[in-house]
Amino acid sequence: MTIYLTIAVIILVFLIIFQISKASEYVGILKGEEQNRKNANKVNGFLMISFLIVGLIGVWYCNDLLFSKTLLAHSSASVQGERVDSMLWITLAITGIVFIITQILLFWFVYKYQEDDKRKVFYFAHSNKLEFLWTAVPAIVLTGLVIFGLRNWYYFTSDAPKDAMVVEVTGKQFGWIYRYPGSDNQFGKKYYKNIDPASNSLGLIWSDNATLNLKDDPASHDDIVTEQTMYVVKGKPVKLIIGSRDVIHDVGLSQFRLKMDAVPGIPTTMWFTPKFTTAEMKKITGNENFQYEISCDQMCGNGHYSMKGVIEVVEQEDYDLWLAKQKPLYLQSFPDKDPNAPKTDSTAKTIAKN
Amino acid sequence: MSNEANLHSHDSHDTNHEHHHETFITKYVFSQDHKMIAKQFLITGMVWAVLGGLMSVLFRLQLGYPDSHFSWLEDILGKWWVKDGQITPEAYYALVTTHGTVLVFFVLTAGLSGTFANFLIPLQVGARDMASPFMNMLSYWFFFAASCIMLSSMFVETGPFSGGWTAYPPLSALGSASPGSKTGMDLWIIAMALFVVSSLLGGLNYIVTILNMRTKGMSMTRLPLTIWALFFTAVLGVLSFPVLLSGFILLIFDRNFGTSFYLSDIFVNGVGALPNEGGSAILFQHLFWFLGHPEVYIILLPAMGMVSEILSVNSRKPIFGYMAMIGSLFSIAILAFLVWAHHMFVTGLNPFLGSIFVLLTLLIAVPSAIKVFNWLTTLWRGNIRFTPGMMFAIGFVSLFISGGLTGIWLGNSALDIHLHDTYFVIAHFHIVMGVASMFGMFAGIYHWYPKMYGKHLNNTLGYIHFWITIAGAYLIFWPMHYEGLAGMPRRYYDYSNWESFKQFADLNRFISTVAMIVFATQLLFLFNFFYSIFKGRKVTSLNPWQSNTLEWTTPLRPGHGNWPGEIPEVYRWPYDYGKDGQDFIPQTTPVGEEESHH
Repeated sequence: MTIYLTIAVIILVFLIIFQISKASEYVGILKGEEQNRKNANKVNGFLMISFLIVGLIGVWYCNDLLFSKTLLAHSSASVQGERVDSMLWITLAITGIVFIITQILLFWFVYKYQEDDKRKVFYFAHSNKLEFLWTAVPAIVLTGLVIFGLRNWYYFTSDAPKDAMVVEVTGKQFGWIYRYPGSDNQFGKKYYKNIDPASNSLGLIWSDNATLNLKDDPASHDDIVTEQTMYVVKGKPVKLIIGSRDVIHDVGLSQFRLKMDAVPGIPTTMWFTPKFTTAEMKKITGNENFQYEISCDQMCGNGHYSMKGVIEVVEQEDYDLWLAKQKPLYLQSFPDKDPNAPKTDSTAKTIAKN
Repeated sequence: MSNEANLHSHDSHDTNHEHHHETFITKYVFSQDHKMIAKQFLITGMVWAVLGGLMSVLFRLQLGYPDSHFSWLEDILGKWWVKDGQITPEAYYALVTTHGTVLVFFVLTAGLSGTFANFLIPLQVGARDMASPFMNMLSYWFFFAASCIMLSSMFVETGPFSGGWTAYPPLSALGSASPGSKTGMDLWIIAMALFVVSSLLGGLNYIVTILNMRTKGMSMTRLPLTIWALFFTAVLGVLSFPVLLSGFILLIFDRNFGTSFYLSDIFVNGVGALPNEGGSAILFQHLFWFLGHPEVYIILLPAMGMVSEILSVNSRKPIFGYMAMIGSLFSIAILAFLVWAHHMFVTGLNPFLGSIFVLLTLLIAVPSAIKVFNWLTTLWRGNIRFTPGMMFAIGFVSLFISGGLTGIWLGNSALDIHLHDTYFVIAHFHIVMGVASMFGMFAGIYHWYPKMYGKHLNNTLGYIHFWITIAGAYLIFWPMHYEGLAGMPRRYYDYSNWESFKQFADLNRFISTVAMIVFATQLLFLFNFFYSIFKGRKVTSLNPWQSNTLEWTTPLRPGHGNWPGEIPEVYRWPYDYGKDGQDFIPQTTPVGEEESHH
């Protein structure tokens, strides 16, 4: 019912606006078109300058309302992010100044130079001096921004420090799989045709496979594979090796100010140094439920919006405790191979496997 | 004015000059008259603009009111689109994708340059028609066919394509990864391929007409800036659309014939491992953005050209820095081809390559700055008439500044690595390319409507349209910068599950509400447009804006052939406004002996 009411109201408003407009056109013809045009000109000139003033107040008000919700409101959660933030501030300052000056000039000019019978326009077709001025000044400012930006860009894309911990992140529709290299500090080989969603989500090559022509890679036997939550250590650089199992995804780490695509067949990397543990961030942001979220930032299908991962930044000792509890995927899939597991009837399984 | 004598000559013109028996079909349907083809492009573009706008209202409904139930919507659209009164994720992504495709290609490319290149080129360079009127007609009908197929893709069982307008494979290549990538995607590609053909036929025609069919005295440096802009637009299109087509052909092969241009190492849930190996998903992005970036300027340049013309006419002052304006158009056109990978900073691109693209991208800000300052100087010490067309032109400059400046943020890869694919990007390109070009298009429609239909649009409705639209555009897109600075990703159906982004629920509701109001206002404009064709105030002067350019020397309603007699000769550039104390001196007026040089 409300919808019909809404439609009726909209149509009514339309009709009123239309009738007013039509009437004003007739009044114009009665008053003389020229006079009418000049009146409208005055009204619109006034509206132009009002728009400028209301607009600038609006910009300030909007900032007042929303700034605290942006990431800039508190310090970046990664060392790299600090550089992003300082770049944001400098770019904001430069573009902000240009924005305010040019918008003021635009609306001030159109207000000031609105039609006036007494004014003689200034025939001013070109000036090499002025053209040079506004070619050179933007070029110099932009050169500064480019140099500043590229220095950061090369830093962000440089090789991770040698002591960085390495985690492999693989996107799939619609979730993230993390892999840690295990005690040998080496990732085992994997092959996508070896994937079994139930027991081997990454296709680790942990046994010989004649049909696929694969040879067992023992380095894969201690690889730890988890989903949902990735654990990293505060203050320790972490390098992500990013891949995808199906379509293109993107590891979006807004709190750390970084992101990188996950492309099937082409591994990418990204590294950063977390500055605060999750618990510390809860205090900094004043949000009890704070999480470091991994958002998928590349359209990946109908579940794109639900493709959420979590990063838990912890102190080294908590990380060690967590790691000690993890069991390599190989041993989860083949419990009988676990030397620590209680010996049960493993012969039956071995026969079945062969 | 001697022109006034021509006021009523169009009747006799219709019967005498170049008269061939015209039926309804040859006059209104398979017309070869550039003016009729322009109107066909315009009206088809407007139909798409309404549909595309409606789609955005629907998905904004989901973003603004994720918890509400609209059962009446279900009655209208059916269960696939709306379930339990809520737009489904499949429908949401289909709407987002089609909104993008339609607005970028069908409205702001075909609707904008299709309309104004067709309408203005022959009239402003002084030609009877396009170089090849037949090809011109084909260009429209290819576009029409593309439109029909795109529209039909909305009704297939698995839904229209829903992988974003950029159609990145593997998502767009694999029906198993997304239902929208099944039949819907086939139809999408076919429609786009036909669209490319349409653009090429049109573009070649525009270039040839501008180069070869200018009237006597119309040297290249006497062309109005509209024509220069449309010329560079056509060159951009002709050089970049074929690359897109080749990218689509490879995509068709990957989809249907088992090749692996874009596919490698893929395991799809529920299907298993695919045999494809060795392809590169990134290759498509290079091919796509090689068109995709020039496409931004294909959309923007015609608007810039028309705005330059309209600002000058209504300031009663010459455009400032005519040669610099052409030079900046030229350098934008060149640079447009050299910046495509700035859309790909986070794909794992070689950092050195990335840095080259940063440099070239930020370089574009220089010609853009030249244009803005030249526009400002054009307004300075003018005598400004606020016609609705002029208002939209001023709005264009304001939006171009606002959206252009955020391009400096995004073009710098070290910032893009943070802001990429967030709402900051949405705010940036909607302001600078979407809304600004739309403003250019409105400016063009308001300004040349008297020439198109011999009627005036209702001015009061025009002013209401302008003020609500510009205020609304800023209210919608300005706050989105803040959402982007909070890292909020684009193309999310629902944010309620995200600790970092759900804080914007109120803001999203506000944005959606404003979007609906602005959309309703556009309907007001549409009404004005169609009502005035029939009932509008008749144009009483041949040159209602007192403009210098050639189109105003034609009869009120020019027939096929444009000028009943000889095509007038041109003696000067089109921007002699306020020269030697004269309000305006048309291009057809010979240069007087006493006249000063500018």
